[in-house]
Amino acid sequence: MAGTLGSGVLMRVRVLVRPKAGILDPQGVAVEQALPALGFSGVTDVRIGRLIELEVDDASQVEEMCRKLLANPLVEDYEVQLLGEASGTAA
Amino acid sequence: MKFGVLQFPGSCDEADAQLAAGRVGEAVLLWHRDRDLAGCDAIIVPGGFSYGDYLRAGAIARFSPMMEEVIAFARDGGLVLGICNGFQVLCEAGLLPGALLQNTNRRFTSRQVHLEVVSPDTPFTRACAPGELLSVPAKHGSGRYYAPDDQLDAMEAAGQIVVRYAPGECFNGSARDIAGVCNEAGNVFGLMPHPEHAVDALTGSTDGLRIFESMALAAGGAHV
Repeated sequence: MAGTLGSGVLMRVRVLVRPKAGILDPQGVAVEQALPALGFSGVTDVRIGRLIELEVDDASQVEEMCRKLLANPLVEDYEVQLLGEASGTAA
Repeated sequence: MKFGVLQFPGSCDEADAQLAAGRVGEAVLLWHRDRDLAGCDAIIVPGGFSYGDYLRAGAIARFSPMMEEVIAFARDGGLVLGICNGFQVLCEAGLLPGALLQNTNRRFTSRQVHLEVVSPDTPFTRACAPGELLSVPAKHGSGRYYAPDDQLDAMEAAGQIVVRYAPGECFNGSARDIAGVCNEAGNVFGLMPHPEHAVDALTGSTDGLRIFESMALAAGGAHV
């Protein structure tokens, strides 16, 4: 059921969450150190974040979702990408 | 003195926290879906993996009905202790400054550590001497304390750095070897190591009791 604020059309949204610049990312370091062992040289600054995809009937709320839950703004940056209408619409 | 120990799906240290608090007072479990603090004088948010640590450790537990009550209780000056995952929950809830990140050693590490009591004047450490070393276990994968440098400076000046790892014992990469911090008002305290696992000589140390004795002293005296 569509929310009262929504348009009735579901939007597909992608949220990219990254460790803030300057904050050590131990997972990225591990991957960076593993790649040369496989013969991939010249790789630096590997950073690992999170990709969250969701369908919403009010895309204007996503920014607040990010601040309150999807990211921790103290240590993570986030980027919201609107991917367009979802394949199905809100019933 | 009545302690309430929160219990989330995924908590695993609530029984030890209840046992430890029970050494200095009464202690009851509080289920995360309830909203009744049961007249408790102090709240303990225990260790474990609340809500599976999904998204980020503590991120979802922070929105549980009982945590909403704990946040209001803390804002009114009530004593709140967060241990390990409980510390992460209190940071996510904004009751404590900073965040806990993945250990720099990339491992879940379990070992006995010594905590140096930096601020013996808080309601959680007043049974301790300045500089006293407490032997307690630490066991976590995401215990690297982080806050921006200017905030750390302000916290140090305000006495909010309550306990540090003893020199050479900080295995997780925490800023300034910080193991536990309190809020500005001093009524909310979080730490990664586990005082509740160090309350019986049988398991090697009773130093953890100092934290619970301090809370009982604080609750018994004038309101903090």
